[in-house]
Amino acid sequence: MSPLINFFLYALIAMCFMCLYRVIKGPTIADRMVGIDILGILVVGITAIIAMKTNRMFILDIGIAWIILSFIGTLTLAKYLGRNKLNE
Amino acid sequence: MSETISLILISIGILFDLLGCLGLLRFPDVYNRLQSATKCVTLGTWCILLGVFVRFGFTEIGLKALISIPLLFLASTVAAHSLARAAYHYGFPMWKKSVADDYKEQVQKEEKIAKSFEKPAGS
Amino acid sequence: MRYIALFIVLMLIWLLFTFSLDAGNLIVGAVCAAISAAIFGGYYPRGSRMFFHPHRYFWAVIYLFIFLWECIKANFDVAYRVLHPGLPIKPGIVKVKLNVKGEMARTMLANSITMTPGTITIDIIDDYIYIHWIYVSSHDAELYSKKICGRFEKYIRRIFE
Repeated sequence: MSPLINFFLYALIAMCFMCLYRVIKGPTIADRMVGIDILGILVVGITAIIAMKTNRMFILDIGIAWIILSFIGTLTLAKYLGRNKLNE
Repeated sequence: MSETISLILISIGILFDLLGCLGLLRFPDVYNRLQSATKCVTLGTWCILLGVFVRFGFTEIGLKALISIPLLFLASTVAAHSLARAAYHYGFPMWKKSVADDYKEQVQKEEKIAKSFEKPAGS
Repeated sequence: MRYIALFIVLMLIWLLFTFSLDAGNLIVGAVCAAISAAIFGGYYPRGSRMFFHPHRYFWAVIYLFIFLWECIKANFDVAYRVLHPGLPIKPGIVKVKLNVKGEMARTMLANSITMTPGTITIDIIDDYIYIHWIYVSSHDAELYSKKICGRFEKYIRRIFE
């Protein structure tokens, strides 16, 4: 069981690097924000798998807090981006 | 038995995550990337959390994994909606082969109203 | 009344998250829930008395299964578009008339549309909902509004009205 779970972790981390590629390369600001948003959701999956591997429940708490914080961060960035136009 | 089911669920979730990230890399503009990424990655993470729930049953970890599913649903959809709206209002263009755009008139109307409010204050 | 309802909901969520019944835990949860309820009580949705009607829960369970089916279909749809070498997409933004009333019903409909095949909600203005569609198959307004909203509207009307 444990080698398969290690493989899952490596796969998820590889996906995180795919998102980071989009964050670094992205032609516009909105692309970078999409990458950050998706990265936040992937990290929740990573915390769930680590909680399953180590049998500790507080790691899933980190995941729940991460959902809420990434949600608030994305909303703030979106508000900043949307208001930029109106101030011109 | 429950371990096998949970491993199968988690691998399905990883597969969907991979598809979502591939869409994030392949699609041509912000809105399409947002579509593929939001849908696939959210369902993939649901599958992973469900796998954790099946593995542990109704214990502390399992219930927490089950609770975070609706939380993730609300958070990801609202974030996607606000990102798409902000990107459109900022003026990022859609893909050049796009077919229809009904939202343009509405945004232009809103901008005209906002400008008409700004003018007397500036002069 | 709304403040008390919000307090009860927050307290239940706190108990589910912390998952213990200590005295200290209960006191901390009650204080936090009271402060949040005092600040955000005004935003609690109106008409929350409908949570006491049991037949709404029946329709909610049926709606859950239909939603999950649509969600899985959506993922295979996106998978097909991602893996196809020719990228078969034809994106566009369309405008669809809404037939449901009420804030909660509209929020749920918009969220469900975001998770279903090839559509994502961009904005709701008055009675119209603006949707980014990954494959615009027709330009007939009635046809595509039936295709996008028709799946959910009747269930959502039964749940929230």
